[in-house]
Amino acid sequence: MKIIVLMKQVASKDAILRINKEGTWIEEGDLSFEVNESDGYALEEALRVREKLSGEVIVVSMGPQRAKSVIKDALARGADRAIHVVGDNLAHLTPYAAASALAEAIRAEQPDLIMTGLQSDDYGYAQTGVIIAELLGMPHATIVIEVDASGDKLRVKRELESGWYQWYSMPTPALLTIQSGISQIRYATLKGIMAAKKKEIKEVTPSAEIVSRLSHQQLRRVYLPQKTKQTQFLGNGDAKAGAVALAEKLHVEARIF
Amino acid sequence: MSSGILVFIEHRDGVVSKTSWEAIAAAQSLGSQLQQQVSAVILGSDLDAMAQQIAAYELVKVISANNSKLASYTPDGYTDALEKVVRQLDPQLVIMSHTYLVRDFGPKVAARFGKSLISDCIRAQVADGSITFTRRIFLGKLDADVVSDGAAPVFATFQSGAYRPDQAAKGSGSPVEKQEVEVGEIRMTPEAPFQEVKQAVDLSKAEIIVAIGRGIKSKENIALAEKLAEALGGDIAASRPICDAEWLPIDRQIGSSGQTVAPKLYIALGISGAIQHLVGMKNAGTIVAINKDPEAPIFDIADYGIVGDLFEAVPVLTEEIKKIKGLS
Ligand SMILES: Cc1cc2nc3c(=O)[nH]c(=O)nc-3n(C[C@H](O)[C@H](O)[C@H](O)COP(=O)(O)OP(=O)(O)OC[C@H]3O[C@@H](n4cnc5c(N)ncnc54)[C@H](O)[C@@H]3O)c2cc1C
Ligand SMILES: Nc1ncnc2c1ncn2[C@@H]1O[C@H](COP(=O)(O)O)[C@@H](O)[C@H]1O
Repeated sequence: MKIIVLMKQVASKDAILRINKEGTWIEEGDLSFEVNESDGYALEEALRVREKLSGEVIVVSMGPQRAKSVIKDALARGADRAIHVVGDNLAHLTPYAAASALAEAIRAEQPDLIMTGLQSDDYGYAQTGVIIAELLGMPHATIVIEVDASGDKLRVKRELESGWYQWYSMPTPALLTIQSGISQIRYATLKGIMAAKKKEIKEVTPSAEIVSRLSHQQLRRVYLPQKTKQTQFLGNGDAKAGAVALAEKLHVEARIF
Repeated sequence: MSSGILVFIEHRDGVVSKTSWEAIAAAQSLGSQLQQQVSAVILGSDLDAMAQQIAAYELVKVISANNSKLASYTPDGYTDALEKVVRQLDPQLVIMSHTYLVRDFGPKVAARFGKSLISDCIRAQVADGSITFTRRIFLGKLDADVVSDGAAPVFATFQSGAYRPDQAAKGSGSPVEKQEVEVGEIRMTPEAPFQEVKQAVDLSKAEIIVAIGRGIKSKENIALAEKLAEALGGDIAASRPICDAEWLPIDRQIGSSGQTVAPKLYIALGISGAIQHLVGMKNAGTIVAINKDPEAPIFDIADYGIVGDLFEAVPVLTEEIKKIKGLS
């Protein structure tokens, strides 16, 4: 089974986000980056399917050169090879344009299965995977938390709202968007890191047409959300003093105990 | 020339979803500001009763698009059907709620028109006849204003809670236009939805909840939060990543894919406050957040906040509470 996994590099969750001068995005100069959370789970699931059924896992990431660190980490964890769709502004495409560029890079591989994360932690569009499935003419399922690829049809468990689930089956090739927590993610071993050095990373650039023609939605301004609630901040930066004040407030003001 | 607004109505087991009334409220609000008429569409196979219920709202019409292949939801079926209705009606704007179902097929519909959704918006403002949508990005840490190029149809989805369902205005009865809609091949076969075996822990009645997030750093550190919960006589709960990592069982998870709670007191330790977590606990009586990031979105709904290291604050808080309670 040939499996493509889409992995996006995003700002680290712990990073302090500073808005750029123009107010159009965040300052990326000194930012730390990591792999998008659900994409890490997508890779893990792909590796597990390969271990059961044999085949190949190909990582595809689109973004500037720094995205190589995500690719190398995936190769160290066991992916077989990678395609890097390179370009400085490709992380800022609309989902339709991003999906078009990614579909173009994937198409010739003719994968049996494509796995993506369910949404990116920066833009949070929750669309790229579904659009790729449409562009490549594949059936899809979103928010998948269990995959059974052993039968002649693919059977997947989807998470629905408020504690409900549903199984779906569909023919391959198919695309799945993977929910975090589907399985426990493995770490890269030293051996894996050494082996990764010999694995292929193919660089491709998307056609200019794809990148330019599709700006049907434009981000105008980025800013801090307005606070709606009056929070009483306690301790003035001193966590211990804050804790003493909080115990008092919970007792006297909120009358919790 | 495209005109009007089309609002998508979601339903399950013969019941219109609450988020659909929110979507109607959103469409009506934009409709009155843009002077555009609002129609609604419902897809399925046994829709008459629901279509009548929707017709009670202030709409120019309700399109009831029927096909036996739409009896259970599939992305293939819903995409074909909605695409047909949109092409036929030719609206300026299509409004949907950002539910799991819309996440599953909405992008596919928009892709048929060569575009993507302006997804998960929290508000929309109209000026000079054009709309500025606001989306939360970076898991709620920042807001982004987004505009479309205006070419119809524009597809937008709104986050649950962006509009109130009771804002949807009733009318004097709008016409229902029942039609058979064409649907192509359906490639996926759904099985019946189900719930996992009854959860061992029911937090919906808990009075006091101490919830931990990724800021707790390791499984061993959970003991710290447990001591606080014990001093308060409360229960322990968590954000999704803690349950994903199996540091706590899934029946401790709070949020859109976990439990919904409304305790007297909710203490969030090292939880950033992503919307999927907030929907599960925002109705708590008193909300406390301890987080080292002053901009963490959790503070937006907190009554009391401590900006700082939870590992410093929590042991002191536990001791102080014990002192006041006369336990030490
Ligand atoms: C479809 C879908 C469904 C989801 N369902 C759920 C759900 O049901 N429940 C849920 O919770 N999430 C859910 N999520 C995930 C959600 O989007 C967030 O990713 C998640 O809630 C983040 O968890 P967190 O706040 O613990 O982690 P993070 O966002 O990583 O936040 C950690 C916080 O800890 C703080 N911190 C770090 N160290 C310290 C310290 N020493 N002292 C104090 N503070 C510290 C940081 O400043 C940060 O704010 C869902 C997502 C999707 C897409
Ligand atoms: N630049 C990219 N490179 C690789 N994968 C991506 C990229 N953008 C989006 N994806 C994939 O699409 C998923 C959904 O992204 P989004 O539609 O932005 O929420 C992500 O979890 C990734 O798996």
